[in-house]
Amino acid sequence: MTNIPFDLKYAKSHEWVRVSGDTATVGITDHAQHELTDVVFVELPAVGRQVKAGEACAVVESVKTASDIYSPVSGQIVEVNQAAVDNPALVNTEPYGGGWFFKIQLSNLVELNNLLSPESYKAQIGQ
Amino acid sequence: MLKRTPLFEAHQKLGGKLIEFGGWEMPVQYTSILDEHQAVRTAAGLFDISHMGEVVVSGPQAEAFLNQTLTNDVRELAAGRGQYTLMCNERGGVIDDLYIFRLMRTEFLLIINASRTDRDVEWMTQRLASGPYASDVKVTNASDRFGAVAVQGPRVKEFINGCIVGSSAGPTEVDQASDLQKNELGLFNFNRMVIYVARTGYTGEDGFEIFAPLQIVAIWNKLLEVGRPFGLKPCGLGARDTLRTEMCYPLYGQELDEQTTPIEAGLGFFVALDKGDFVGRAVLAEQKEKGVSKKCVAFKMTDKSAPPRPHYGIWSTGADAKHIGEVVSGTQSPSLGVGIGMGYVPPQFAKPGTAMEIEIRGKRAPAVVVQKPLYRKPTKG
Repeated sequence: MTNIPFDLKYAKSHEWVRVSGDTATVGITDHAQHELTDVVFVELPAVGRQVKAGEACAVVESVKTASDIYSPVSGQIVEVNQAAVDNPALVNTEPYGGGWFFKIQLSNLVELNNLLSPESYKAQIGQ
Repeated sequence: MLKRTPLFEAHQKLGGKLIEFGGWEMPVQYTSILDEHQAVRTAAGLFDISHMGEVVVSGPQAEAFLNQTLTNDVRELAAGRGQYTLMCNERGGVIDDLYIFRLMRTEFLLIINASRTDRDVEWMTQRLASGPYASDVKVTNASDRFGAVAVQGPRVKEFINGCIVGSSAGPTEVDQASDLQKNELGLFNFNRMVIYVARTGYTGEDGFEIFAPLQIVAIWNKLLEVGRPFGLKPCGLGARDTLRTEMCYPLYGQELDEQTTPIEAGLGFFVALDKGDFVGRAVLAEQKEKGVSKKCVAFKMTDKSAPPRPHYGIWSTGADAKHIGEVVSGTQSPSLGVGIGMGYVPPQFAKPGTAMEIEIRGKRAPAVVVQKPLYRKPTKG
């Protein structure tokens, strides 16, 4: 059974968002890491980059394929998780913890309303 | 509608993740490609290969017909022996790569790629009809009759006799399955049905491939039961691909196609130019003598980078760096922990040690041409 923490927001493209003040932490869901399987490489955006909601800004590679990661929200990248670059397996073992991707300073808080609730995300993945 | 093997329900029960492959719905993995890969390198893994095609070629002129249709020399095969070989078109392009076993003096079993089954059968049937052997050879597509599994890994020999019990009934005569030597095939009894067991595989490890008309589910279950204490895991196509890529075994559709010859692919060892005429011989002989314009090389990424993937560009290095080819297979090597791959480049860039760059999402990452295979078993001290 896949883990969908109740205190996060979700994107249809399987990213999660943890909001704290005007900053959001972004990673990929337990369901996504399970579907991707063994993550062997993570490519993160440059700190300072401006991204728009829905923009591809990171790449996660499993043994088999490369997959784009989309920013669920707009804003400026303020921090990236070097630990996940150094040890990509963290994305599999701690998708909601040590396997986070980047932090983004939100430029449009209203966008958060477009994200899915845990219940909606759960329904989307058919759980 | 995708085809399903007799083991489809077994894969579902085991939690296998199913994907499309060559028109079949097959498990890509059960738990993790890395774990399954590791199981095969250190213990044992069990693969469903029922999607592969089986063709029986029989008749008094079967040997002569096959020797004119395939690149390797089937005359070298005693009954019960198998060899890797290729089927080429008139231009030397590869129609398929396959394994051929001689079952009897006048009967051969061909194990062909799932995606090429229709093409192969059509090609052979056409050649037969238009050649001199039409009345003396029969080509039978037996693909729907056979299920097949591969059980691979260094510990397989410790438990195979617990599944395949007793001695063979020819053509290779052995007291037990584990006495089969590499490339040998024997007929054995399983639940009173005849099955074919060959000491072959596609992983670079010791192991067996089992072809059975009816009993494949029971064989699969029995192997899981007797193999589990030795670390046997069910394995999907994902691990099958990383294992074969580490060994630089070609995969049809990636290293091989009808526009590529066995000489270009580095498979000249399996082309018996001296055996007499066969389809594609003229082109292959000329390439062997005069050289080729592209060669399949193996390479390794030298810095930390994303894994190479099929269709990524290959570049030469230095001030006059240019696009010199394309990756055909690429992945992260679970055994080596680096990106590995194969690709076609002009021969002047094919020497091991040659620096090259792989274009990954618009950026070039350094790589080096290495000798095949990419992975060699650590020698035991």
